[in-house]
Order: sequence, then structure tokens, then C-alpha cells
Amino acid sequence: MISIAKRLQPLYPYLWRYRRRYLIGFGVLLCDVAFWLAIPMIIKYAIDDLQQGATADKLVLYIRWLVVAALGKAFFLFWKRIILIGISREAEYDLRNDLYRHLNRLSLTYFQRNRTGDLMSRATNDMNAVRMLLGPGIMYSLNTVVTLLAALGIMLSISPKLTFYCFLLMPVVVGVVVFFGRRIHERFESIQALLSTLSAKVQESLAGIRVVRAYAQEEAEIARFQEANEEYVAQNMRLVRLWGMFYPSLEVLLGLTYVMVLWMGGREVVNGNITIGSFVAFNAYMGQLTWPMIAMGWVVNLFQRGTASLGRLNQILTEEPEIADRPDLRLAPSELAVSQTAEPLPVRSATGSDGDGKREEVRGVDIEFRNLSFSYNGRQVLHQVDLTIPAGSTLAIVGPTGSGKSTLVHLIPRLYEAPPGSVYLDGKDIRDYRLEELRRMIGFVQQETFLFSETIRENIAFGVNNATDGQIQHAAEIGGLLSDVEDFPMKFGTIVGERGITLSGGQKQRTAIARAVLRNPKILVLDDALSSVDTYTEEIILNRLASVMRGRTTVLISHRISTVRGADQIVVLREGSIVERGTHQELLGNGSYYQELYQRQLLEEELERA
Amino acid sequence: MTKQDHHEEEILGKAYDSRLMKRLLRYLFPYRAIVMAASVAMIFHSLLQVVGPFLTKVAVDRYLVTTERQPTFLDSLLSDNYLTGLTQIAGLYILTLVLLFALEYAQTYYMHRVGQRAMADLRMEIFRHLQRLHIQFFDRNPVGRLLTRATTDVDVLNEMFTSGVVAIFGDFLTLVFILAVMLQMNAALALVTFSVLPLIFVATFLFRRVVRGCYRRIRVALARMNAHLQEHLTGMSVVQLFNREAKSFAEFEKINRIHKRAFLDSVFAHSLFYPAVEVLSSTAIALIIWYGGQRVLGETLTLGILVAFIQYAQRFFRPIQDLSEKYNILQGAMASSERIFKLLDTPVEIESPRESSSPKLAPEASGSLEFRNVWFAYTGQQEGEEPNWVLQDINLKIEPGETIAVVGHTGAGKTTLTSLLLRFYDVQRGQVLVDGVDVRDQNLTELRRRFGVVLQDPFLFSGTIESNIRLGSDTVDQEAMEDAIEEVNLGEFIRSLPQGYQEEVRERGSTLSVGQKQLISFARALAHNPQILILDEATSSVDTETEFRLREALQRMVSGRTSVVIAHRLSTIQRADRIVVLHKGKIREAGPHQQLLAQRGIYWKLYQLQYKDQEVAVTGDD
Repeated sequence: MISIAKRLQPLYPYLWRYRRRYLIGFGVLLCDVAFWLAIPMIIKYAIDDLQQGATADKLVLYIRWLVVAALGKAFFLFWKRIILIGISREAEYDLRNDLYRHLNRLSLTYFQRNRTGDLMSRATNDMNAVRMLLGPGIMYSLNTVVTLLAALGIMLSISPKLTFYCFLLMPVVVGVVVFFGRRIHERFESIQALLSTLSAKVQESLAGIRVVRAYAQEEAEIARFQEANEEYVAQNMRLVRLWGMFYPSLEVLLGLTYVMVLWMGGREVVNGNITIGSFVAFNAYMGQLTWPMIAMGWVVNLFQRGTASLGRLNQILTEEPEIADRPDLRLAPSELAVSQTAEPLPVRSATGSDGDGKREEVRGVDIEFRNLSFSYNGRQVLHQVDLTIPAGSTLAIVGPTGSGKSTLVHLIPRLYEAPPGSVYLDGKDIRDYRLEELRRMIGFVQQETFLFSETIRENIAFGVNNATDGQIQHAAEIGGLLSDVEDFPMKFGTIVGERGITLSGGQKQRTAIARAVLRNPKILVLDDALSSVDTYTEEIILNRLASVMRGRTTVLISHRISTVRGADQIVVLREGSIVERGTHQELLGNGSYYQELYQRQLLEEELERA
Repeated sequence: MTKQDHHEEEILGKAYDSRLMKRLLRYLFPYRAIVMAASVAMIFHSLLQVVGPFLTKVAVDRYLVTTERQPTFLDSLLSDNYLTGLTQIAGLYILTLVLLFALEYAQTYYMHRVGQRAMADLRMEIFRHLQRLHIQFFDRNPVGRLLTRATTDVDVLNEMFTSGVVAIFGDFLTLVFILAVMLQMNAALALVTFSVLPLIFVATFLFRRVVRGCYRRIRVALARMNAHLQEHLTGMSVVQLFNREAKSFAEFEKINRIHKRAFLDSVFAHSLFYPAVEVLSSTAIALIIWYGGQRVLGETLTLGILVAFIQYAQRFFRPIQDLSEKYNILQGAMASSERIFKLLDTPVEIESPRESSSPKLAPEASGSLEFRNVWFAYTGQQEGEEPNWVLQDINLKIEPGETIAVVGHTGAGKTTLTSLLLRFYDVQRGQVLVDGVDVRDQNLTELRRRFGVVLQDPFLFSGTIESNIRLGSDTVDQEAMEDAIEEVNLGEFIRSLPQGYQEEVRERGSTLSVGQKQLISFARALAHNPQILILDEATSSVDTETEFRLREALQRMVSGRTSVVIAHRLSTIQRADRIVVLHKGKIREAGPHQQLLAQRGIYWKLYQLQYKDQEVAVTGDD
């Protein structure tokens, strides 16, 4: 009991929040049970009177009582469910919101460690198990306890002897439910495990389909699947043998209590110890106790599963975000909500309705990496990087795959956490900025473009508040996306992704660029963001960016000379260290990696034309 | 709004479709004997359910209250002494219970067994079909989706067979039997009691309609919630980068709220329905006492019948309530079966020709390969539009025993070329011939058995090293396997393993290095002693040490076999009899290494780009 109370601890705040409704619900439940008790008693008196030859008028009186009792019971039953089950839905809603809010605060590395599918299953399956515990679990356990006690009391008042014999079997019923409940659960779990084995078999066979085909192994694969399939069936039948036994044995046990009433009660009636009405009432009570008794065992299982699920949920909820504001920088949630997103980039046009003519130039930010070393998963990715990017200038980073380029730029918006005192913006450690403030300055285009299944308009306006159509269009134009969008049937209202149109890699990247640009950022980061765009379009985009983003700080990673050649400063990163730095011309003169890259690119271009 | 419509579209489905049902029932046909047995058990089970209250009635009338009445058939069997008589009735009751237990167990067991067997058959059929479907189908359908068909969807169907449909029949029969017994006991009282039945049906019908609407809203909300979660968890870094936490929370909260509202509405419907049934059930009892009570007073009805009626009245409400639950199961099953049948109905596009038309290959077939005016595109030809050709007018003849190296830039169509040899795809124009016979005229299994293939990403199955080399075929004997392992210089490594050949290989070979996996797949190819060897960038992911070991092995492997090698390694290419340069889907150059280099064409450029560095490394090692 103590351990259950302890495991339920994370739920206490939610239970406390609804304490009044729980109390009212409990009161309603008591009334419900009271009316429930009355009905068999009315039947009892009616039948007793019948036997003694009551008048028809008296009969009508009983009928009236019966109807009143039924209506009263119905009334309270209604409110009992509305209140107690309703709470569980409210609490589920709260809990799910809290979970989501918490997930939003966890860092990138957390999501790399935990598979999405697993997190999803916690937010849905485990959440559901906890909800069952909060609603039906609590309602039925209260119900069963109260009902049992009340029935026991009233039945004792009619005939202690008969009550004793009837309740003789009750512990057995509970025992059977718990016994079967646990074993069925165990077998069910093992079936789930087998199902994932079976799934893995199919998955493997389909993933390796080319090997299977090439070696003409279809029949062997089918035979292997058959084996797993048969095993799965066998395990299922093991459950069925138990399951098939469960309900029938409950029925037998509860039937036996009827037999007991009939046999013992019959003797008592004949002996004149109880009336025939009491006999009928006993039958009715036993009949109605059936469900609470079954519910007892069910509730035990609900609690078992619910607490296990709660544990898994709590694992997420207690996970401390690795990257968060310093305590002294934290704001109250109400303050946070006010201005979380950036203001959109104004349209720069003398005639445009959105332009205000006196466009002030946004000044960039100095970025400085001071003796930065960074390890990820125990492996050193960056090694003593010293680099300053003056405000308003452009830095380009080149280097082979895995050299740490992407990691380096991910440190700026603190998606990964650099050691304290190694990254500075305008001379201030990035940890001295609030996360929200820091990220608002940055427009970031990631290597792997992630767009949401929303409209193109929503995707571009993703990072800003209230962008006008003109601003969105302007951003799309800068990203080189506008002509594409105009070809789409729904223009900017076109939905992207599985449910809409599938964008090409280049279109996705250009959308992501528009999305970043619209934020009017002080720092623009392009992490290999033009790789799927052809060189011609790339040049146009880069030119537009250069004019629109004038005055801001730009960091771009690329494999292409054409992308980086115009940068104020180019660095070559190799195995986490800067090995070459300078302008395009300088590096062509003395850079070995850069020079080679240049040569290869020329060859590639020739090949492209061949 | 379009977003929402989309979800609803997926979720709404018919609850009953006779076409689908007919097809589903076909899977039960092989087990009709067991189905019959289960049905018989179910009928008797339903019948026996009416016995209990009847026994109570007899006990009341015979022993508890002495009334003048028509003796039932049971009375002649019972003792006149009330003690003995009650014990006899209790005994009969217990006997009934035992029978009920046996019958219900039999019914559940048999029905589940049939369900399990039928579903196992269906799963096999799906899997078998997947094993036959053309490769292009897998290019288009993600593995996850196909997986759901074979597992989750089938399980939904299973639930319908075992608990849904069958239970409906059982409930219905019980209802009929109760009605029959009541009518037989006292027709007038029975009719009075039944007067609440229409109300119950109306209540249930209304409830079902309301709840169906709620459930649909819940499912839509849940689908949207899952989609939102999936998307935002995957794109969490974008959310954080763009300070969208508050906004995306607001969106989530909205869906969560809709979900909650729909649920609260269904709670409301349930909360209304259960009390309504209670009231109706109490009304039935009130009617019995009112109408029956008057008859008892007038001595035209026994008290026993009254008591039995009260018990029966309590029992016939449950089945009606259950019907609404079963409806959901049925709906889910229909949706699943539709998806499954759609998969099963996908035609197999690449199949062996019929036996009669398949020309027999000459036994001395030695492995000549030929591409004759081959044009190929992955997407089928659209009306009026020129397909996106991956290969254009390929003409290439490879003599038996010849080693061909195919080089080219990424996306030049190298892998496609080898896929066509194995007939993973059919060409749109031209012909691919193996041993002078069009691959489309050859038996697929026999055709593919002649090839040994090593792919760039070595794919290992979970099992053992041995099972990965033999691949479950009986054509590879122990000796061939061991020889193959020695050939690829893998023997030493395997002997160092505690379990040797039986060492466990985990899913995708996750415990082995890429090099080891590659060597195993080389041994696999070799052990099958193929006439034709295809190496698709097989050495690209191998480290220099493994490469070194492989080089020798490779030389032995290609000798005496027709070989097509797509290679990143210069060493492999240089030893080829001929190098074919594929560029933008066309064969642009062909000839030996030195000759092509001298041409200073595409090969020369590729060589500069891709192989030049290696030469230094390799010769350095030499």
C-alpha cells in the first residue's frame, strides 16, 4: 500500500487540484449507493405483503416507491459518472499539456537519445493508463468498497446466517480475479513481445528484400516467417486457454452464490427464519454485487498498469533540461508568452504598402569563439577553436564531412551547449542571454530541412508574429521560392508534406531560407543550406541575401566554392580544428585543402557539362 | 480545414460491408468443423442461461410457498421433503453451472482457435504476397506501412472474429431464449414486461448515434494529436530555434482541448445512458410487481413465477447494452480488412513466365550477358510525357568469364544496370539477355540463382554467421561454406569467435564492423558458387586492411566467372577486362584502363576526382 501511495506521488498535484470535485463526487456516490440499496428492500416488502394478501392499492404504493428509488438512483448515477469520470479527462488534459510543455524545454540531445516512437507511446498509451487509474480506477474502487460495506450491513440486518454463507465465496471471487488478472497480463505481455519479434521479422525481410530476391530466398524467408507466425499463434492460444477459463469461472462462482441463497435461503424461509421477500431481496443483492466484485479485480490491474505508466511518464517530467536559462535570468511564464517570436522582416520597397520608407538597417552581432573545445558522446568534436566574426561580416566554413562544421554553428543558438566562457555575442557570454532572447536574434537554416505539414505560408511565417502576406511574399522572393509557389495550385495556401504536395529538396531548402530570413535576424546561419539548389539559383539567392542581409552577421557552411567564394572570411575545419583561414584569393594561394577543393569543383563542373 | 478533412477521411468507414465480410468469411471456411462446434456450444450455453431463474421459481413454488398450480415436468422428479428437494434443486443448479462453464470455455477456446488460425493464414498470405511483389512496390511503400498490414491490421480482424461478431450472436440467442421462457411461463405477464423493450431499443439506438459521433470526434482529435506530436518531436530543434514553443503549445492545447471535449461529451452520453437503462430496468420490475402482484393476489399467478420474472428482467438488459460496444469493433475491422485486401490485390508485376513458354536453358549455359537497346525509367510512362530515363539506349555484351567494371558519377545508373540483370525491374524498351535468353522468358528463381550479389550496404539477417552465409538454402553444404570463408580471408576471424560459425548475428549485424559484414556477404556470394558475380560498390565501405585481404580473394572470385563490378576502388577497376563508363544514363566510353586514361575523356576526369588519391595510398602499401 505504502509503495503504491509513493508511486502515485506525481499525481498528487492533479488530485489536489480537483479535490472539491472528488469530494462532491464521493458524496454523490454515497447517495447513489443508498438508492441502490433501497430497491431490493422495496421489492422485499412488496413480496412479503403480497404473500400476506395485500390490497391492490398497497401494491401501487410500492410501485410508486420503486419508481422514485429508480429515478433517484438514476439521478445520482448520472452525476457520479459525470463528476468522477469527468475529472479524469480534465486531469488527463492537464497532464498532457504539462508533458508537452516540458518536452518543449528539453534539449536537442535528449531527442537524439530518445526515439520519437517511444516518446509518442508515452504521451498516448501511458497517458491513457494513468487516466484509467484517475477515473474508473478511483471511481470503481470507491464504489466497490462503499457498495460492499453497505450491502453487507443491510444483508446482515436481514439474516446474519445467510449473509455469512453468501459472502463465504466473495474472497474466492476476488482471489480468482486477481489471480487470472495477473497471469493474463503476464501472458499478454509475452504476446506483445512476440508480436514485436514477428514485426522485426517482417521488417527485416522487407528491408533486405533485394538480398532475398537476389539469392532467390523467398521460400526460405516464408518458412522462417511461418515459424515465427506459428509461435505467435501458440502463445496466443496459451493466453486463450487462460482467458477462456476466466469469465466462465467467474460465472460459476457467482452462480454458486445464487445456489447458496437458494439452498440455505430456501431452508431459512421454510423454517420461518426469514420471509420470502427477504429471500428475493437477497437474490437481488447478490445479483447486483456481481459487477462490483468483478470490478475489484479489474481495479487492481488498473492500478498496477497505471502506476507503471505513471513511472514512465514521470521519467520525462523529471528530466531536467540540459540547456536552460540561468536561474537569475528566468522570467515568469506570463512574461514569456508576451514576446516570444521575432518581428517580421519589413518589405524594402519604396512603393510597397508595407514599406515605411525609412528602413533602418539592422546591425549584426559580433560572434566570438574563444578557445572552444567541445565533446559529444565522449568524443571530442571541436578542438581549441578561436574565431571572431565581426558584426556585419560573412564567415564561410568548409571542410570534409564530420569535421565539426555543423556542430560549431549549432553552438551559437545553444542547441548544443558549449562550455562556459567559450562563445560570446557582442562580447557577452551566450549564457548571459536568455534563450528566447538569444534565439530571437538568429535565423538558422539547418542542413536537413524540416518543414511542418502546414501551408507554405504558415511554414514561412513559422518564426514570427503576424506577418503580412506582403512580408511573406518578400521573404519567399529572397529565398528564390516565389516563382515555384506561383506554380502551385493553392499558391501560398498549398499544404506541404505527406498530405499536400511533396516539395523537392531544393524547394524545401529555399522555403527554410525564406523562413529564416523573415525573422529579420541579426545573425543568419546557413548550415549547408543550398546543397540541393542548383548553382545558378544559388547565385541569385546569395546575391539577394547579400543585399537584404546587409549589416548582419552571416555564417555559412558549404561544400561548394561557388557558395563561399564571396565571404569576408573563409575557414577550413578539419577534425575539429581550424587548419586554414583567409579570403578566397588568399586561400587559393596558400591553402592546400581549399585549393584542392577548388580543383575538384572545376572538374565536377566539366563533368556536369559532358 | 483541409487538414481536418484529411484525418476524417481516413477514419470514417462503413461498419459493415457485405463484400468485405464475404471475403473475410472465406478464411473461416477451412475451419468450418470447429466453427460448427463453437456454434453448437454457444447455442447450448445461451439455452442453459435461462435455467437458473427457472430453478428458483420451482423452489419458491414447491417448497417456500405452497401454492396451487400446474406441476412442471420437474416436479415429478423432486422429493416431497423440502430439505431433500432444495438440495436436489441446488444440485441441479450446480450441474447447470458446470455445464455452463464447460460450454463457455469450449466456445471461447474454439472460436479463438479458429480466429488465430485464420489470422495466421492471412498473415502468411500477406507475407507470401510481399515476397512476390516487385521491387518497385517497395520503392514506393515504406516498410512501416507494410508492417502494419501484416501485424496490427490483422490483429484488429482477430478481435472481430473472437469477441465481436460471435458475441453478438450469443447475446442475441440468450435474449431470444429468455423471451421464449418468459412467454411460456406466463404470456400475459411476459408481454407486460416486454413493453419496456422498445424503449430500451430506442435508448440504445439514440445512445449509439450520439456516441458514434463522439468516437469519431475522438479518433479525429487523437489522429491530429499524434500527427502533431510526431511532427513536433521530430522537428523540435526547429521549434526551439524559432522560439515557437509557446505557439506550438497553443496549437497542441487546442487539439488537446477538442479531444477532451469530445471525450466529455461521450462521458455525458454514457452517464445518461446507464441511468436510463437502470430506470427502464426498474420500471420493468415495477410492472412485474404491479401486474403480477395483482394476479398473485387473484391467485392466477404463483409467487415463484413473479420471482423468476424479476431475475429474468435483470438479465435481458445486458446484451442490448453490449451491442453498441461491438459496433466499434466491427467498424475497425472493416477498415483494416479493406486495407489488407487492397494490399493483397496489388498485382505482381514481375513474375516467372508460365512453365510451357519458358525456354529450357542449355546446361552448358556459362553466363553471357547482354543489354540490347535498353531504355529504362523508374516511373511508369505518363500520357504524352517523356519518362525520366535513367538508362538510354544501352548496348553492352559481356562474354562468359569476362570481368566488366562499371564506373560513373553518382546517379549515372550503375546500380540500375545490375538490377535489370536480376530482373528487379522490367525494361521499357529493348531487351536484357542472360545466356542469350530474354530475362523475361526465364524462371525467376533459376535466373537469380545463377547470380552472386554483394551490395554496397552489406545486409545481414539476424541469426548466425552460418545462416547468413547459407541463407536457408540447402544448396550450400558445409564444405562450400567453409571454403568460401577461407577464400575471403574470414576464417581466422571466425575461429576467434567463441561460437565460431554459430556466433549470433543480431539484427542488421549490429555487433559486427562494416568490414566484417562485407566479408561475410562476400563469403555468402561465393558459397553459392554463382556463374555470374555482381559486386555493387562492394568495397567502398571497407577499410584499407580489409581491402587488402579482399583484393586477393576478389581476384580468385572473378576468375572463371562473368563479373560485373561497380567499384570505387581503383585496384578492382584496373584488373577488369573492360571498363564501361556510364554517364547520365548512357555508355560513353568503354575499354581497358590505360586506353581510357589516354583518351582524356570522362573516365580521366572521374579518375582525377575519385581514384587519384587511392593510387597513392594503394601503391604505397604495395
